[in-house]
Amino acid sequence: MAATIHSEESDTAAPARKAGRHTLLDAQGLTKRFGDILANDQVDLVINKGEIHALLGENGAGKSTLVKMFYGSLEPDGGKVLWEGSRVSIDNPAAARDLGIGMVFQHFSLFEALTVVENIALALPNPGKMSDLSRRIESVSRDYGLPLDPSDIVADLPVGIRQRIEIVRCLLQEPQLIIMDEPTSVLTPQEADQLFLTLQRLASEGCAVLYISHRLEEVKRICHHATILRHGQVVRECDPTKETPASLASMMVGADVASVSAGATNPNIGEVRLGLKNLSAKAATPFATSLNNISLDLRAGEVVAIAGVAGNGQGELFDAVSGETTLSAQMVQLDGIPCGNRGVTWRRRQNAAFVPEERLGHGAVPGMKLSQNLVLTRHGTGDGLARGGFVSVARAGDMEKRIKQNFDVRMSHDDPEARSLSGGNLQKFVVGRELDRKPGVLVVNQPTWGVDAGAAALIRQALIDLARSGSAVLVISQDLDEIFEIADRIAVISRGHLSAAEPARDMTRERVGLLMAGGAEVQGEVA
Amino acid sequence: MFEAVLLTVITAATPLLIAAIGELVVERSGVLNLGVEGMMIMGAVVGFAAANMTGSGTLGILAAILAGIAMAALFGFLVLILVANQVATGLALTILGIGFSGLIGEAFIGVPGLKLPQLYIPGLSDIPFIGPVLFQQDAIVYISFLLVAIVAYTLFRTRLGLVLRAVGDNHGSAHALGYSVIRIRFLAVLFGGACAGLAGAYLSLAYTPQWVENMTAGRGWIALALVVFSSWLPLRVVVGAYLFGAVNVLNLHAQAVEFDIPSQFLSSLPYLATILVLVLISANRRLTLVNTPACLGKPFVPDR
Repeated sequence: MAATIHSEESDTAAPARKAGRHTLLDAQGLTKRFGDILANDQVDLVINKGEIHALLGENGAGKSTLVKMFYGSLEPDGGKVLWEGSRVSIDNPAAARDLGIGMVFQHFSLFEALTVVENIALALPNPGKMSDLSRRIESVSRDYGLPLDPSDIVADLPVGIRQRIEIVRCLLQEPQLIIMDEPTSVLTPQEADQLFLTLQRLASEGCAVLYISHRLEEVKRICHHATILRHGQVVRECDPTKETPASLASMMVGADVASVSAGATNPNIGEVRLGLKNLSAKAATPFATSLNNISLDLRAGEVVAIAGVAGNGQGELFDAVSGETTLSAQMVQLDGIPCGNRGVTWRRRQNAAFVPEERLGHGAVPGMKLSQNLVLTRHGTGDGLARGGFVSVARAGDMEKRIKQNFDVRMSHDDPEARSLSGGNLQKFVVGRELDRKPGVLVVNQPTWGVDAGAAALIRQALIDLARSGSAVLVISQDLDEIFEIADRIAVISRGHLSAAEPARDMTRERVGLLMAGGAEVQGEVA
Repeated sequence: MFEAVLLTVITAATPLLIAAIGELVVERSGVLNLGVEGMMIMGAVVGFAAANMTGSGTLGILAAILAGIAMAALFGFLVLILVANQVATGLALTILGIGFSGLIGEAFIGVPGLKLPQLYIPGLSDIPFIGPVLFQQDAIVYISFLLVAIVAYTLFRTRLGLVLRAVGDNHGSAHALGYSVIRIRFLAVLFGGACAGLAGAYLSLAYTPQWVENMTAGRGWIALALVVFSSWLPLRVVVGAYLFGAVNVLNLHAQAVEFDIPSQFLSSLPYLATILVLVLISANRRLTLVNTPACLGKPFVPDR
């Protein structure tokens, strides 16, 4: 099976391992340039048959660029790719599929208005008759433990099933190499386990997997070999089973990642600052989730995390708490004042702050400067940004500089448009903008989604520090590592039901996983 | 009398049907071309001129189709290659078409036209009532029904149609899977242009065989409304086109018999009907989401 794996211990020179008898793909000196930025600089990568090969790196390290070149959706500016020893040029995804390279995308490449079988037919060169293909989908998907109904319309399906479609679509192409870009970010722990079984089975059948993930625990668990990219260059190769998540993280960042500490285990818990009382809301669209009888007391000094798989009502709950959707007054209370019927600005004036999930487009206006984005959430909160209908540009500029400094937001020039910032930097700004106020109640949805290890640690520490200073912090997250790192209490949302928040030390991953998979509903109904 | 009304309904509905089925294909690919009116009137004037100069109706029709394609190619180049704003470009295309057709057509005002012959189908055409209504039409009427059948079959039963719908639903994914979004959209836009040109030819060669400036008189806009009215389903376009055609004819007849409804009200009926249908279909959001091309009007720039 996999060739002997050499782990290079020195941090500086990490010669790429040599191609051998078992080599499937051998990339040599791949280079890709976008304008002034060198996204991939002389990248060498060897993938052997039957191995699960991790590709690690921070955001912007060039992982996606590299795999897109393997899949033919980007053209390399330099370097070459050898496939089973002979040079190939992968001009488009069809050419990649002909070679036997399949890809499961990070942002699903599915067509919502089409059925499962139509989606799969689009990715196959000769799909044959739809009825025959449907039967093949049914048998292959059952065989791998990923059952699918070919006639379902994708728009009606939850994310976990959507990923199954992508994987089954890949399997039907009978690939020799499957590229997976952050496949577990939308799965429950149990669904992820199922995925790992599938991957291990594929590897044992001789199929290679190139695996991109930010979750270093799972990389250590299932991958045979890891290549680490930093600033577009290969900086290390290693055997992840011999590393720890912390050592992998420091290889990615190039320095030790500050570990987040929750500080004293028993913070001074104070008054209830945010109260949700039997909060219920009907789904606004056919694809939204209704909220059912959600109750939660968030006290001063604590971080409460809400875990759950995407699409179980997190967005709807956030909107109800922040005031983007208004309900009856009693359902939401800030410092004891009923405000379920009040809007966002009113709640902000009550010393609450909100950071939505989608940073670009929801958290910030892409085409506006950072200082202008600042005014948008802080105009009503007594910072003197807007007086008598006029905006104080100077004051906004000063605040923007302060946030930039305190939260290490890196930018190429002063006060850029929000869209020009990288995801991690913009997230630091969007969170920093609210933290800068020292709000009494902070509600954050997915605080570190798609953010690299360094920035994530900074944001998490800031959230904990805010809570320790006497504020109440509610974090909605799909990242269990994050939740166990920062939360004092954990609740789980499942199909619009919220389980009771229990102390984090009493919770285990297994228990959270069970609640995610529907246990929260039963509990929510009993409560 | 009834027979005559029915005949005029068919002639009124045919250009709407042809233009709308073309635009439906364009919109299913994710492009919004508001220039239907402009492409149609260019088809009308070029078709009339070509038929008049060559004496052949067939050549007139072919010329009209080419004129529609030329206009559509201009639109496609601007919005797909140069990624210009689709709404603004479509409006400009209409204004250009109306102005340019007036310029070309100046020499043909008042010139007697060439009327397309009615096809006589032995046997069928002799059936009383049904024969004259259904089987004594000109070729374009039959072509219009053939077009609907072909488009409906292609969209939902062939791979080409699947790819077209996929591109309109999510151009990013289609690109990621290796489909050439721009090329597919360009071909769809050209097809839309050909249909609009043909619809124009019908106006100046069959409906009223003459050239009058601005003779499309808003039919391009009705065709656009029809696509929405049909919620992007080909068979519903037929229903819509005949409904709107009937309203149009009713308008004329109502005036003739001094029926007591203002003609302005009747002229506005198609648009009112479209608004009503929009309200009704929005009640069933799932159906709307599945049939509405999600990428409609959104520009696409591939990263390469």
